[in-house]
Amino acid sequence: MKIGVVVFPGSNCDHDMFHALKTVIGNDVHFVWHQDTSLSGFEAVVLPGGFSYGDYLRAGAIARFSPIMKEVIHFARTGKPVLGICNGFQILTESGLLPGALRRNQNLRFACKHVYIRTENYQTIFTNRLSKNQILSIPIAHGEGNYFIDDEGLKKLEDNQQIVFRYCSLKGI
Amino acid sequence: MKALIKVRLKKGILDPQGKAVNNALHHLGFNSINELRIGKLIELTISEKKPETAKKKIEEACKKLLTNPIIEDFTYELIED
Repeated sequence: MKIGVVVFPGSNCDHDMFHALKTVIGNDVHFVWHQDTSLSGFEAVVLPGGFSYGDYLRAGAIARFSPIMKEVIHFARTGKPVLGICNGFQILTESGLLPGALRRNQNLRFACKHVYIRTENYQTIFTNRLSKNQILSIPIAHGEGNYFIDDEGLKKLEDNQQIVFRYCSLKGI
Repeated sequence: MKALIKVRLKKGILDPQGKAVNNALHHLGFNSINELRIGKLIELTISEKKPETAKKKIEEACKKLLTNPIIEDFTYELIED
């Protein structure tokens, strides 16, 4: 699969992403500079983590208007897979591709630890090798990872099975 | 023209930063200070001749980039030279 990893000024997990997709999974991976204006030939696009534009104004707010984002939005609208991790996820919410917004952490701390998540939807192209309710341990690191969405929006996500993972305990509760 | 734009978290959206600063003030003895919330003040100049055009542009900029309408509100004042 030909996958593009978008690099913004301040991205710092782009090489991790490249390594995971190429060396670990064996895809044909290419970096895509944020000022590029084409995604032609790519079958999937990943927005990596980091601190694009220094998190100035709001995390992801400035990166969202990078020239490549017009293409990323178009790419997603045509049904092709786009994955945003960490700062990439923040960019996707700022761009309106994903609903909701990310606020500062409520407990006043930069969270940097491992957490457990439970697989809610194992029928997406990103999760179809997981089993229902499978528990994963994943690393997190963020200061603005407090997802906010209004009740109506949340219901929509639930109704459409768009909540792919939920935070949980080791036992999955 | 100049503009002063105030960006605030919407009512009901918890402001952990404001809460922490408010607590710190209480520790310093400022017990009468409450409900502290922290926003942003954005100053800019805008070279438009008509105030109406300037207002329109500022509102557009606020909605497009300067604020996230999901969690933030804004007010602004225009100061003519």
